[in-house]
Amino acid sequence: MPGWRRARLTERTDQTATGRTLTFEVARWPGHLPGQHVDVRLTAADGYQAVRSYSLAAPADTDRIELGVQAVPGGEVSPYLADDLPVDAEVEVKGPLGGWFVWTPEEPGPLLLIAGGSGIVPLMAMLRARLASASDAPCTLLYSVRGPDEVWYATELDSAAQHTHIRRLYTRLAPADSERPAGRVTKLDLPPAEGSRCYVCGPTGFVEHVSALLLGAGHAPDQIRTERFG
Amino acid sequence: MGSLSPGFHGKTHAFEGRLPPGQYPTESFPVLSAGPTPHIPTDRWSFTVTTEVGESRTWTWDEMMALPQEEPTVDIHCVTRWSKFDTTWRGVSLDVLLDEVETAADFVVAESFDGYTTNLPLEDVTDGKAWLAHFFDGFALSPDHGGPARLVIPHLYFWKSAKWVKGLILTPENEPGFWESAGYHDYGDPWREQRYWSD
Ligand SMILES: Cc1cc2nc3c(=O)[nH]c(=O)nc-3n(C[C@H](O)[C@H](O)[C@H](O)COP(=O)(O)OP(=O)(O)OC[C@H]3O[C@@H](n4cnc5c(N)ncnc54)[C@H](O)[C@@H]3O)c2cc1C
Repeated sequence: MPGWRRARLTERTDQTATGRTLTFEVARWPGHLPGQHVDVRLTAADGYQAVRSYSLAAPADTDRIELGVQAVPGGEVSPYLADDLPVDAEVEVKGPLGGWFVWTPEEPGPLLLIAGGSGIVPLMAMLRARLASASDAPCTLLYSVRGPDEVWYATELDSAAQHTHIRRLYTRLAPADSERPAGRVTKLDLPPAEGSRCYVCGPTGFVEHVSALLLGAGHAPDQIRTERFG
Repeated sequence: MGSLSPGFHGKTHAFEGRLPPGQYPTESFPVLSAGPTPHIPTDRWSFTVTTEVGESRTWTWDEMMALPQEEPTVDIHCVTRWSKFDTTWRGVSLDVLLDEVETAADFVVAESFDGYTTNLPLEDVTDGKAWLAHFFDGFALSPDHGGPARLVIPHLYFWKSAKWVKGLILTPENEPGFWESAGYHDYGDPWREQRYWSD
């Protein structure tokens, strides 16, 4: 297991009022699979260290990795990464980590991605890998967000909608043109099971809720893969 | 060197030595339970200690309140990762209640009005380590926090501190309780992060 590598922040992009994507340069990054994550380690001047996990938002691309960080109010690490770490400064990363919540374009079957809030991050890596490949397996993304202001990757998702069935599900505030009223995901929002491989990512409560719906809708337990952000 | 996470201070290291691994401190008091909250009026409340040979001793609310009371101030740690410092309770030491029965058992199962159970080694609830508490922070314990009375066993994860507790059953063999049968660690030491069976 390789240890900690230095990662230099090269770019920070606002996705929402509190969500950022961060691009880091990591010398000799070994590559990774869509869905994997890294551990990020911060070191304070007095030597104190804090570690949290963040999913990789894009398929492997030489020495660059992209992370998406949702600032959690009162959080120890995420507000610092989202807003305070200066561009050009370094953190340490370990990874890639995680071998189960991964998807590669070689997978033949239909794909169902279900994201809650910042849970879009690892699913974005899968979606991007799929678009970059010749995969023609059907793919649906259900993206649950509180309101229109909470959508990450809005422009990119709009153009991906040409190849992928993408539905935004608003839980608190639905825009006028929304096809359904605001509310949490229900079984009516799920497409037919059709043997899809399902990836569900988001806060623990969301993941628990959606996995139960998927099981109820007839998806096989071993086809449901989940990542809980806590 | 020099540029590693500049300006990062960290929050929880101020609590080193006091915050078990994987925990964060909270000021609030989250409520977690497996089912709906039972409401037991004190005039229907009683507490029974039953020994391994089936002998028992029961206290009514008034009898329990007439026993010597203690006011422990302790840190508590929930398996869901929050810790709360300096919580002040009022209640009867389990030593007082267990002194009234004759036992050679090594284990105890706490039983609640809602059917919840949790198991403990007897030595973890004796010698001033556990209380039957009915007062929290200066007020009668509210039903959502386990009122009228709950266990407080601060050195173990808080699921061991049964809410709405109605009695203790002494057993010669260890008998896993509700969460312990559902994947949680049998003992639950926060300092060793004993959360699940595999820990
Ligand atoms: C595999 C995996 C992948 C992940 N991927 C991502 C990702 O791609 N993007 C992402 O944004 N997140 C991701 N997460 C979540 C991430 O790892 C962190 O948990 C998250 O960023 C919060 O960390 P934090 O240090 O900001 O909050 P923490 O300091 O850990 O706090 C967590 C909670 O505790 C509360 N809290 C903390 N300290 C206190 C205190 N002193 N008093 C009261 N309350 C307090 C906070 O308010 C917050 O609600 C992932 C998690 C996992 C396990």
